[in-house]
Amino acid sequence: MPETPSGASTATTTAAAPGVPTSTGVPPPERKPTVVERSQFQLVLRRFRQHRLAVAGLVVLILLVLLAYVGSAVWKYKFGAFTPDESAPPSFEHPFGTDSTGKDQFAQVLRGTQISLQIAVLVAFFSTLVGTVWGAVAGYFGGLTDTIMMRVTDLVLTLPLIAVAALLGHSVGGTWWLISLVIAGLYWAYVSRVARGVVLSLREKEFVEAARALGASDARIIARHLVPNALDAIIVNATVLVAVAILLETALSYLGFGVTVPDTSLGLLVSESQTALTTRPWLFYFPGLFIILIALSINFIGDGLRDALDPRQPRARQ
Amino acid sequence: MTGNSPASEVVLEVADLTVGFPSDDGLVQAVRGVSYGVRRGEVLGIVGESGAGKSVTSLAVMGLLPRSAQVSGSVRFRGRQLLGAADAELNTVRGRNISMIFQDPMTSLNPVYSIGFQVAEAIRAHHSVSKAAARNRAAELLELVHIPNPRQRLDSYPHELSGGMRQRVVIAIAMANDPDVIIADEPTTALDVTVQAQIMESLQTAQQETGAAMVLITHDLGVIAGQADRVLVMYAGKLVEVGTAEDVFYTPRMPYTVGLLGSVPRLDRPGTRLISIPGAPPSVLHLPAGCPFAPRCPLVVARCTEKEPVLEPTTGPEHLAACHRSAALVGAAPGDVFDASASAVVESGRDA
Repeated sequence: MPETPSGASTATTTAAAPGVPTSTGVPPPERKPTVVERSQFQLVLRRFRQHRLAVAGLVVLILLVLLAYVGSAVWKYKFGAFTPDESAPPSFEHPFGTDSTGKDQFAQVLRGTQISLQIAVLVAFFSTLVGTVWGAVAGYFGGLTDTIMMRVTDLVLTLPLIAVAALLGHSVGGTWWLISLVIAGLYWAYVSRVARGVVLSLREKEFVEAARALGASDARIIARHLVPNALDAIIVNATVLVAVAILLETALSYLGFGVTVPDTSLGLLVSESQTALTTRPWLFYFPGLFIILIALSINFIGDGLRDALDPRQPRARQ
Repeated sequence: MTGNSPASEVVLEVADLTVGFPSDDGLVQAVRGVSYGVRRGEVLGIVGESGAGKSVTSLAVMGLLPRSAQVSGSVRFRGRQLLGAADAELNTVRGRNISMIFQDPMTSLNPVYSIGFQVAEAIRAHHSVSKAAARNRAAELLELVHIPNPRQRLDSYPHELSGGMRQRVVIAIAMANDPDVIIADEPTTALDVTVQAQIMESLQTAQQETGAAMVLITHDLGVIAGQADRVLVMYAGKLVEVGTAEDVFYTPRMPYTVGLLGSVPRLDRPGTRLISIPGAPPSVLHLPAGCPFAPRCPLVVARCTEKEPVLEPTTGPEHLAACHRSAALVGAAPGDVFDASASAVVESGRDA
C-alpha cells in the first residue's frame, strides 16, 4: 500500500481497504467501525477455530459419538445378536466383518465405543470435581492443611495404577460406572496437583485480598474467585483426562479386570480378538482404530482449548 | 488523643498498635505503637516513605495481615474491638462498615467477572437484595464515580478498561455498602499522573456521598494537601508528626516533615531548589537507640541519639511532633534546614 501524503485521500483509501490504520485524527462521518467489539466467548471460539487440528479432532469426535449412539440404534444388527454369517470378512453386509460366532463386529464396536466413552467422561468428571476441590483447598489454606492434604495426594500418586485399578476393578465386578469410579479414585490426585499449583499463585493476587477486604469467607473466595480463575487449566486437564481414561479402561478390560461379558468395551474387543489376529485381522484392527481415533481427537481438542483459553495470547485481530 | 471531640464521633480508633514480623534475622518491627482516631466525615492522611509502616497499619485494621504477624494494641470500630476478633465476625465489618481501596487496580479486580457482576456482588454480600436491584445500584455507583455509559460498562471485563477506569470501579465497590470508614491505600500510585486528579475527585465523591471517614495513605504530599483534614507523618513504624493539614504543611515541627515538604516541586515558588533528605530509612530490624531519624537529620544533637523523642504538643494541643529540636524549626524554610548537608552528601559521594 503506497503512502498517501494528504489526510483526505488517506481516508478514502482506508475505506476501500479496511484494516489499514488511518493517519488522520478525524474519521469521516457515518463510518462503520472496522474492528467490532468481541465478547470473551467469541474470542475463545475464534482462537479455537484457528487451531485446525483441534477443529478436525472435534469433528471426528462428534462423528464418533453420533455413530456410537445414533448409528447403533439404526444399524440393522443389534449388539450381541448372532447372524448366520460366521467369520465373514468386511463387506457391505458387515462393514467390520463378523466373529466366529457370527456377531456383527460393527455393532460390537459401536457398543464398545459407547461404554468406553461413558467411562471416560465419568472419570474425567469425578476426578476433576474431587481433584479441583482438594487441590484448591490445600493451596488456599497452605501450611499444615496443605502438607497433610498433599501427602495424601502423593500417596495416591505412588500407587501402581494398573495393579490397583485391576484389583479394585475386579472386585467391583465389571459394571461400567463402578469401574469409572475406581479409575477416578486414582486420577483425582493428578488434577489436585494442577489445581493446587494454579491456586498457589492465584491466592497471592490482589483481587483475593480485595475480596477478603469486602468480607468474603474462605469458602466463597475458593468457590467464586480462585476456582473460576483456574478453570482454563482445569478444563484442559479434564479434556486430556478423557483420553487417558479411555486408554486405562482399555488396558484394564484387555487384562480382564475391566468391563466383562456380556457387556463390552473397546479394550475388551481388542482382548477377545487378539487370538484372531492372523486369521481374522478385521476383528482386531477396527476396535483398535476406534481407540486411536478417540484418544487422538480428544488430545487435539485439549491442545486447541489450551491455546484458546490462554489469556496471555495476544487478542488477535487478524 | 483527639481530646476535644466527643468519643461517639470517633468511628475508628487505633491505640498503641504494634506489628512485628518474625524473620530469620529477628523480629521486623514494622509498626511501633501507632495511635490515631478518625472522626465521621473526616479525611485523615497518612504520609511517609516506602517501608514506614503505612500499609501495614491499615492491613492490621482490616485484619488482613498474614498469620505470622505479631500484632498488639487495639483497633476499635465504634467501640467494638476488631483486633483478635474471629474471621467470621470480621467479615461482617469488612466491606460493610470499613472498606478498602487497594493500590493496583490492574490486579484488584477479578479478571473472570464483568465489573457489573463484581459491584453487584459487593452489594449482595452484605444486603439481601435481588440481582436486578443490585445491578441497578451498581450502575448508579458507576455513574457516581464518573464512568461514562455506566449501563453499557456493566458488562465489560476488567481487561477492557483503562487503569483509571478500573480504579473508579474499585472505588464504586468500596462505597457500595455505604461504609463508615474507607481506607484508601495509595489509590493513585499505580496510575498515570493525568488521571490521578480524576481519581481523587472520585474518591472525594465517594467520601461525600457515603459520609464516611476516610483514611488516605500515600507518599505523595500533593495528594494529601488537597484532601486531608488531618495528617499523620510516619517514619520507621512510628508517628513523628500529627496535626491538621495546615499545621503540618505550614508550620512543620519535625525535620523529616520539613524535608518531605521541601522535596515537592511547587509551581507557586519557582526557582526554589528542591532538597533531598540524605541517607535512607533505618532498617526496622536493628533500630538504633534514640530518634530513628537522627542519622539523617541536619539538626541532630547528642540527645537525639540517646533518647527516642515522644509525641508532644507544639504549636497547639492538636499539633504533635516527636522531636527534641522542634523549637529550632520555628520560622525555618526547608532550604535553610537541609541544603548544606544535602550538598555535603553529594560531595562525599563524588569522592568515593
